[in-house]
Amino acid sequence: MTMEQWVYPSVYVKEDDFREGRVLYTTWQPRLFYAWDRGTAIGRFLAELKQGRIVGRRCRRCRRVVVPPRMFCEHCFRPNDEWVPLADTGTVITFSRCYITWDMRRLEHPQIPAVIAIDGASPGVGFLHHLGEVDPEAVHIGMKVKAVWKPADQREGAITDILYFKPMTE
Amino acid sequence: MGMRRVAIVGAGMTKFVRRALETGPELAWEAASRALASCDLRLSDIDGVVLGTAPDAFDAVHMKGEYLSDGAGAWRKPYIRTYVGGGTGVFSVIQGWYHVASGVFDTCLVVCEEKMSSHIPHPQGAFITIFDHILERPLGPNLLWIFAMEMNAYMNRYGLRKEDIAYVAVKNKRNAADHPAAMLGVRDITIKDVLDSPVLAWPVQRMDVSPIADGAVAVVLAADHVARRVTDKPVWIEGVGWNVDTTYWTNRDLSYPTYLEEAARMAYRMAGIKEPRKEIHVVEPYDPFDYKELHHLEGLLLADRGKAPEDAATGRFDRDNENHPDWLPSSPSGGLLGVGNPIAAAGLMKVAEIFWQLRGEAGDRQIPGNPKRGLAQAWGDLMQIGTVVILGV
Amino acid sequence: MKREVAIVGIGYAGFRPLTPDLSYKELVFEAATRAYAEAGINPRTDVDSFISVAEDLHEGTSITDEYVPDQLGAVQKPVQTVAGDGIHGLAMAYMQICTGQFDIVVVESHAKASNILHLGHVTAMAMDPVYTRPLGVHPLALAGMEMRRYLDESGLTHEHCAQVVVKNRAHALSNPLASYPAVLEVEDVLNAPPVAEPLTQLEVSQHVDGAIVVVMAAGDVARALTDMPIWVLGIGFANDAFALDSRSWAQAEYARLAGQMAYRMAGIRNPRATIDVAEIDDTFAYKELQHMEALGLCAPGEAGYLVAEGYTSLEGELPVNPSGGSLGVGHLLDASGLARVLEIVWQLRGDAGQRQIPDVEVGLAFGWRGLPTTSGAAIILAN
Repeated sequence: MTMEQWVYPSVYVKEDDFREGRVLYTTWQPRLFYAWDRGTAIGRFLAELKQGRIVGRRCRRCRRVVVPPRMFCEHCFRPNDEWVPLADTGTVITFSRCYITWDMRRLEHPQIPAVIAIDGASPGVGFLHHLGEVDPEAVHIGMKVKAVWKPADQREGAITDILYFKPMTE
Repeated sequence: MGMRRVAIVGAGMTKFVRRALETGPELAWEAASRALASCDLRLSDIDGVVLGTAPDAFDAVHMKGEYLSDGAGAWRKPYIRTYVGGGTGVFSVIQGWYHVASGVFDTCLVVCEEKMSSHIPHPQGAFITIFDHILERPLGPNLLWIFAMEMNAYMNRYGLRKEDIAYVAVKNKRNAADHPAAMLGVRDITIKDVLDSPVLAWPVQRMDVSPIADGAVAVVLAADHVARRVTDKPVWIEGVGWNVDTTYWTNRDLSYPTYLEEAARMAYRMAGIKEPRKEIHVVEPYDPFDYKELHHLEGLLLADRGKAPEDAATGRFDRDNENHPDWLPSSPSGGLLGVGNPIAAAGLMKVAEIFWQLRGEAGDRQIPGNPKRGLAQAWGDLMQIGTVVILGV
Repeated sequence: MKREVAIVGIGYAGFRPLTPDLSYKELVFEAATRAYAEAGINPRTDVDSFISVAEDLHEGTSITDEYVPDQLGAVQKPVQTVAGDGIHGLAMAYMQICTGQFDIVVVESHAKASNILHLGHVTAMAMDPVYTRPLGVHPLALAGMEMRRYLDESGLTHEHCAQVVVKNRAHALSNPLASYPAVLEVEDVLNAPPVAEPLTQLEVSQHVDGAIVVVMAAGDVARALTDMPIWVLGIGFANDAFALDSRSWAQAEYARLAGQMAYRMAGIRNPRATIDVAEIDDTFAYKELQHMEALGLCAPGEAGYLVAEGYTSLEGELPVNPSGGSLGVGHLLDASGLARVLEIVWQLRGDAGQRQIPDVEVGLAFGWRGLPTTSGAAIILAN
């Protein structure tokens, strides 16, 4: 006796079945709107981005400096202690060259998302952003990069106040 | 007080398909009714129902667990939906184990369902909402970004070759050719096919990724005294473990799944396993991407760090390679890469596969040598959770 | 013989209509800090497992379990998320401890209702997408239909429901955590604008933001941690049909089944005689009455009369929702059941301040998952 008999022969619908009206369907466009409170830590982080600065938080007990900042240390489970100004430079920890959008459309020129460890934070600690002004094939782990900011009068206190990070010329 | 022994006594599933005619509740019913039939139980014999399903955004149904409840057999029963992202399929069995091991329930029906095709233009669109709402979503991320970056970190750390990783996709799609529910079994696929497939998010190429799917799987859990009455081939749940790492995935080393090692150690401890490489005879590690199967085999302590790709290339994880000195058949079902990836259902499919393998009911996929103990594992969230179940006969 | 399980710490934060100063993580961190301090534990070393209770669309985030561990002290620990009422989360924790595998388990739930701009659209997404959603009816209409059927079968009147609002918002006057205390007359409630007839605006609870964290421990561990463990005597949960065409409209069948399971576990044959205080879901005023009857606290059709004669008021024989309930405190989405538990724990400890009920030994809390569900969970606690 094998498991085959316990597989239900579910019905597979093909694109043609929809096109030719053999299968009907109902559509729904969700209308979902949220206004998320940024809170103390991310609120300050974004306010500093508007000024062209990156800040983190230090826990005096474990001495870690983290970014994105939070008001508590998840390792020590206590409120962390102070704001720390960080550089707007860092190191590529990992990256991808992505040829599709979030809804699976094909891109001719890849986006290059990367995790960037920010200088001044603890080793390996950083955040997600794009790389730009770079030959996609030249990007490598360990590459030094620097933030390219939006002009000051266009910044709004958002992660996109940084346009992308670009390679630093040594 | 104390832990009661809990067995899996039945399992059933739907075919995994690209787009099912059935609604979500109907898929859940198909799998649940097959699982009950497989052990000659009726719904009235079931004390409680556990449901697993991934994000509500796929079906665009809020409180999706409630929507699926009637189909899952939960009418007028204690019912719970529990989730840990992609780890849900295996976790739902862990939840069912708590139901029965605690002594609160004697029998428990565990159902996992996923209908990903409802989302237009593409289910990937739903995934943008898994990212941090303030810091990440404005960057327009897609799901492949983070896995590509994890794969890149893994490859870079150990200097891995893509062709060794691609071997997993080949192995699993070949294995799936013998699975009656599979949507992507291919017998004659080669490593070159994988390496030549379009780049999606380098280093991830199309054939490195498992296909999205609709489907459902169900298993029946029973306490010792019920299990022995129902079947002469109970498959015991010997160990469970799970572990979640920090949300701040950009603050940690992605090249090794520490959370999975913690989960595995928890499960091995409970099962009394000291030498997992000798004591586990068959494994179903989570393989939504080919590199993940290898990454997970390392986290499960079943391969050395950075060495799983090399092991794979030697045929160590093949289904019928008994003569390999360190033989450990991995994903004999064909895994997510071959059978398909209806998220929560895919995880539970892995548990069902171990169940069938240990009972000798896996048909053409049956691995030789009467395996006595197997492990199923899943993974998810922001690359941060591992869930592990160890079964034995 | 089941293992004994107790609540040894409970913490809260927020309980305000707006909390713009705090992110949800910061709210939870505050509640967790309170709970751990009360229990005298360090989450990094003492807690075996963590359970959060949340729904993706209430957060506006898919796979919302990703965002749970850090603010709870749960990094690299067993953590799971339950899509249920907070009391469902307690039930999962209870079972984990019963196995003997874990000694201390933490349950968390929170609400940032103020961040959802149109909750109605979210709730509409919970309706069956093929059969009921295309009708375009606001989910509150389900409450109107249910209320009408309930009144019709029970013989109770709209005035009885209005009495619940008057009572609960009056109870809230002596609860510093409550956001909606008020002195109302029955006529005020009846004359309020109808939302879905017969339901009026004042019979619908309003939302607040907040977080609640509960620490549960096994018997000996609980006794070592505190002089005042609050014991779990019984816990139960159940669903009725989700489909609108096959559910029970007049009776809260899910509450009856959840109560039955909890009473059986607790060995309680006569709930009315045993329970000293109850906190019962009152998302809508009629729900308190319907739930009282389903939970066996009175005979069918009796609940309205008991409320009217003050039997369920603070000074009555069986106070129901002394905190003010969701109508008086504010509704906390998935955390609502834990708000009910918070009050029962305080009453059993003698910590309820102005609204302390004398000589309480056994309390009942019941949570309902809200529209359009038929899902509820009950817990019976004792000091």
